[in-house]
Amino acid sequence: MILTWCILIPFAAGVLAWLLARRSVIACRWISLLAPAASFGLALWAGANGDAQGRCLVEFKVPWIPAWGISFSLTMDGVSLVLVLLTNFLSVLAVAASWRGIQERVGFFHFNLMWVTAAISGGFLATDLFLFYVFWEVMLVPLYFLIVLWGHERRIYAAIKFFIFTQASGLLMLVGILGLYFIHGRAAGVYTFDYRALLNTPMSSSAALWLFMAFFAAFAVKLPAVPVHTWLPDAHSEAPTAGSVILAGLVLKVGAYGLLRFAVPLFPGAAAVLSPYIMTLAVVGILYGALLAFGQRDLKRLVAYTSVSHMGFVLLGIFAWNAMALNGAVAVMVAHGVSTGALFILVGQLYERVHTHDLNRMGGLWETAPRLGGFTLFFALASLGLPGTANFVGEFLVLLGTYRVNIALAAVAALGLVAAVIYALWIVQRVFHGPNRERWRFADLTPRETAIAAALVAVALWLGLYPAPLLRTIGPALQQPLPYQPETRPPELTLAEPKARGLDRAQHVGPERTISEAAGGGTH
Amino acid sequence: MSPSDLIPLLPIIAPAAAAVAILLIIGFGRNHALAAALSLVGLAAGFAPLCGMSPTASTRVASLLTLDGYALFFVGLILAAGFVVVLLSHGYLQRRERQPEEFYVLLLIATAGAVVLAMSSHFVSFFLGLEALTVSLYTLIAYERQGRNGIEAGVKYLILAAVSAAFLLLGMALIYAEFGTMEFSRIAEAWSDHGRSLLALAGLAMIIVGVGFKLALAPFHMWTPDVYQGAPAPATAFLATVSKTAVFAVLLRYFAAIGAAQAGSLRAVLTLTAILSMFTGNLLALMQASVKRILAYSSIAHSGYLLIALLATREYAPLAASYYLLAYVVTTLGAWGVVTALSNKEGDADSLEDYRGLAWRRPWLSGALTAMLFSLAGIPLTAGFVGKFYLLTAGVAGRLWLLVIMLVINSAIGLFYYVRIIVALYSQPRPGGAEPPAATRTSPAASAALAGLLLFLIWFGVYPAPLIGLLQSLAGNLR
Repeated sequence: MILTWCILIPFAAGVLAWLLARRSVIACRWISLLAPAASFGLALWAGANGDAQGRCLVEFKVPWIPAWGISFSLTMDGVSLVLVLLTNFLSVLAVAASWRGIQERVGFFHFNLMWVTAAISGGFLATDLFLFYVFWEVMLVPLYFLIVLWGHERRIYAAIKFFIFTQASGLLMLVGILGLYFIHGRAAGVYTFDYRALLNTPMSSSAALWLFMAFFAAFAVKLPAVPVHTWLPDAHSEAPTAGSVILAGLVLKVGAYGLLRFAVPLFPGAAAVLSPYIMTLAVVGILYGALLAFGQRDLKRLVAYTSVSHMGFVLLGIFAWNAMALNGAVAVMVAHGVSTGALFILVGQLYERVHTHDLNRMGGLWETAPRLGGFTLFFALASLGLPGTANFVGEFLVLLGTYRVNIALAAVAALGLVAAVIYALWIVQRVFHGPNRERWRFADLTPRETAIAAALVAVALWLGLYPAPLLRTIGPALQQPLPYQPETRPPELTLAEPKARGLDRAQHVGPERTISEAAGGGTH
Repeated sequence: MSPSDLIPLLPIIAPAAAAVAILLIIGFGRNHALAAALSLVGLAAGFAPLCGMSPTASTRVASLLTLDGYALFFVGLILAAGFVVVLLSHGYLQRRERQPEEFYVLLLIATAGAVVLAMSSHFVSFFLGLEALTVSLYTLIAYERQGRNGIEAGVKYLILAAVSAAFLLLGMALIYAEFGTMEFSRIAEAWSDHGRSLLALAGLAMIIVGVGFKLALAPFHMWTPDVYQGAPAPATAFLATVSKTAVFAVLLRYFAAIGAAQAGSLRAVLTLTAILSMFTGNLLALMQASVKRILAYSSIAHSGYLLIALLATREYAPLAASYYLLAYVVTTLGAWGVVTALSNKEGDADSLEDYRGLAWRRPWLSGALTAMLFSLAGIPLTAGFVGKFYLLTAGVAGRLWLLVIMLVINSAIGLFYYVRIIVALYSQPRPGGAEPPAATRTSPAASAALAGLLLFLIWFGVYPAPLIGLLQSLAGNLR
């Protein structure tokens, strides 16, 4: 029941905030600030009281649409716990960061913010595929409104693009879910959307491949993976600060979480067959995102493209699929949420002062705003993966885990770290150093803004210097789940093995051959 | 014939009697409120006996009409939709018409015709019901005699509906010539005995053409946008919901009886029609600047989606179709209801500009419209989502992969124009743009109707279990 409250509190707070805003804007802001904080506390309490040894900490299940085998079923394991905590943490900061910037339609703004928070928490907790899909879709609508109503110049284009990309791919996932539902129902005689019942559904390898691709389409768009990332720079750069924080910090994580929780465990065979290609895509994303980030003139777009690069590491880690890489992937998810969320907040605070994102019009701002500059420098360094920050822990573990599976890809992915240095320092250089051509003069960070940034610094440092609690929490959840660990892969996957593991010259020789070979190998 | 035999006919008799009563009253003196109240009473009196009937029993009236669980559901839906249309019409007609009473007479006769259609199991009742519905619709569409658009729409509908009726009759005649019977069940027997004959197949094709006109399926959709735009908004709401539901109900019953949907060539034709309707509706809707036309094209696409249910397996077809139709009726009534409520003395709220910034002037109305549009687009927590989910389930269960993928692609296209309206609702009114149309107060009846629809939409989007149970007991036993 605690888990239900975690979701219900922000939902209810959203409605309440909207109704209250007519009377008192301050009350509306405070309710929106306290609701995610309360959810945060509840989740923490649930996690602390849960069975820390097992995978599942807390569970809640009631029938919802029994005729179709749909239940309202929530489960929290270590990974969900960490992600729910991150969700509510960033949501509190998003409210705080919008305290002054949002003055129009305040009630509706906070309504949307609360609903997207609740829906994302729900997505991290749902263990019924139908329920997951519902949360997946419900989070789109408030985000769409956040971008359309409070965004920048090209907001309508960006919002519609975002909405259509995610909706269309989400429907593909729904078709995949239904396909799985019927395959399982026909085989087992029980029609259900329950995640655990659907695990280990026997099916032909071609069916698994199709269904996996339907799921992967949705998650790859949300993640985003190259080449379906094009909605991201538009949506992120046009959204208001809070929207960007939620998008970059949380929505992308739902995509990664979906791969980790649903796509790979449900179709381990297909995931193994496709993993070399997906890992290659991930590495392309890492480098391509970094390269594009470097080419941007718009500061917010630059930060947006760094997300493409960072999420490439997550994708790489998930498909390397060993304990180390998976731990790394989840750590990157958390670290990226914190550091990119922070960068978006800082960019937003800068925008409130200079009203532009154009890098060419900035420069020399350190003198006028040293605190803003200092925080930006810190998060730019965190973003490039400086040891001592959480990002370093995650990316290092991902590379280490990938190295055990595929040395070449690990080596190329490591180049992404170099590219990250360039764009991260580029941000600081262009904004804060050099001549102050436009003669900007403005007040430095207020105490409220300083407190937000300081909280983020504290979390990033804590996770970077002492990641043991984080890894201890997510570890058990990533240990057992899972069929297809490299050591114990099912026999039909051996064909893909040499390609997935190191020295992949074969991969460059003939990808088509590999896929048909592997698929053919699975059918017997 | 004992009086108790009349009870199954009450859904037809009560609206018809109310229509006669209103006509007589008009002879003595016009009273708009009384006419509306009488229509509501007539429709409610038709609805009431349905509640007491057993869903498993099947009452037959002289081989023309069958009242089983399946008909029970559709008759109830038609009467309820008619009820809502009356509620919406009152305020609209009060503002617009000097002689609004006959509108209700026509509405009641059309509803009675639709009920006959939903109960029919014989070509004769099929055609009689259809004509009672259609002839009333000609006048309803052209009710605004002063405006050019109304007359144009009415004449267009008159000509095309007459042509389609001719097709339908010829198709019925061909099938009668082949099998010597007009009863659905006898045709089904003959069909399975004789196998497929060319004559019967030609007849079936003609019936599909005729029905395709009514359902606004591509390529028989040409009339839809003009008629939807030109007709008064409540008449359009009626046309888009009641008329479509009734025709689809009889089509599904006919197909389920003869099992023709399983025949290869027919499946190919229906699949093609479905895909064509989806793309025609959605792609053309993208180019419209009029909300009424967007909704018209969207209804073409939704007819295409509905055909998926028709092609699905018997286990799913009636259930998926009824849920989808129910959600569609609620949503469409809601959307047109908002259009009705926004229409003022000068004209209907039509161009997208009329809706710009509405959210800040009329928050409840635009909130309702937003919910309806999300439901049409199939976003979760609305009944439209559950309907679409049911369709997808039926499609995947029947392995109609091509149609399922087409549905996915079209949902993405469709999203674009629904969202365009929503963007207009929530954007700031242009400074120096056209003055927003003078605000009209929404009549209490229309407000109540819209609130009810909205509640229904969300309740059955969030917790559809009871409704699914009801449908399984009613429509599930269509055999």
